[in-house]
Amino acid sequence: MMSVGLDQYLTVSALLLLLGIFGIFMNRKNVIVILMSVELILLAVNLNFVAFSAALSDLAGQVFTMFVLTVAAAEAAIGLAIVVIYFRNRGSIEVEDVTMMKG
Amino acid sequence: MIADAAFYVFAAILIASAAMVVSARNPVHAVLFLILAFFNAAALFLLAGAEFLAMILVIVYVGAVAVLFLFVVMMLDIDFTKAREGFQRYAPIGAAVGAVLMIELFAVLGGWKIAPGALALRFAPMDAKMHNTAQLGSLIYTDYIFLFQMAGLVLLVAMIGAIVLTLRDRSSSPLGSRHQNIAAQVARRKEDTLVMMEVPTGGRTLATLYPKVPETVGADAHHDAHHDAHSHDTHGGH
Repeated sequence: MMSVGLDQYLTVSALLLLLGIFGIFMNRKNVIVILMSVELILLAVNLNFVAFSAALSDLAGQVFTMFVLTVAAAEAAIGLAIVVIYFRNRGSIEVEDVTMMKG
Repeated sequence: MIADAAFYVFAAILIASAAMVVSARNPVHAVLFLILAFFNAAALFLLAGAEFLAMILVIVYVGAVAVLFLFVVMMLDIDFTKAREGFQRYAPIGAAVGAVLMIELFAVLGGWKIAPGALALRFAPMDAKMHNTAQLGSLIYTDYIFLFQMAGLVLLVAMIGAIVLTLRDRSSSPLGSRHQNIAAQVARRKEDTLVMMEVPTGGRTLATLYPKVPETVGADAHHDAHHDAHSHDTHGGH
């Protein structure tokens, strides 16, 4: 068993990022799962920040992680509000229906 | 050694639950796996020494964001069978993009190293004598105070935006709530609402105040002959 260092954290973070991007491609019908995939991607970013912060023993990375967390929470709230009003108007949350405005 | 084993256990559960988030058939299960993923990520943060962020992750993500997801998933009436259509159609392109990204990421992961002067460029080196939370606090409230306040503004705007987006004015719909019109209540006068009527009761006449029947409402209740002419076009609107 390898001792845990920066590389292990970066590997976990890369796998998490890949799963998030894969989830965005897979769930074209369900916007909520896409939002959850975005949360996974931001979690991977946070894991990267914390891993580098620990490896370099620099606290600035952890401060930035807090701001990423703030933006992620705000994004989830706004995204879910948009999903709710979209469902109210259309009765579905399929991504392909969003092209109705042809914008 | 125990910490290393714990890292691998938490990392394995994190990756597995993240895979379940994107592949679960039921969105409620996906949210529950997302909560599990957040808990394991918090454990990884703890192992990396970021104790405050681990607690924040549990409180903010599990306590607020994931529960918000759960509320929305349960509130919306989603057809779960229909939501899985197109999985096969998008699997090849998703796998292709994922494979390309994986090759790139692991190529980067195999070839990078920290620059020799990087340790001298650190902005806020950790102090071994201070607690993690105390260090973060003394950094946030001094050097990052403007960013901290901007984060508060971002949350405020997000809160107002979510309320404005989802607030529905039900006052015009027949099923909606009825609001109190304080101005109309204060401006109400006795002459407008009460009428003096003389009621004959066995010999003497009793004068009593009776509530006046409002014009528009009364047209619905009592279909009197003298109301018919003008009230039909007025009460058609509500």
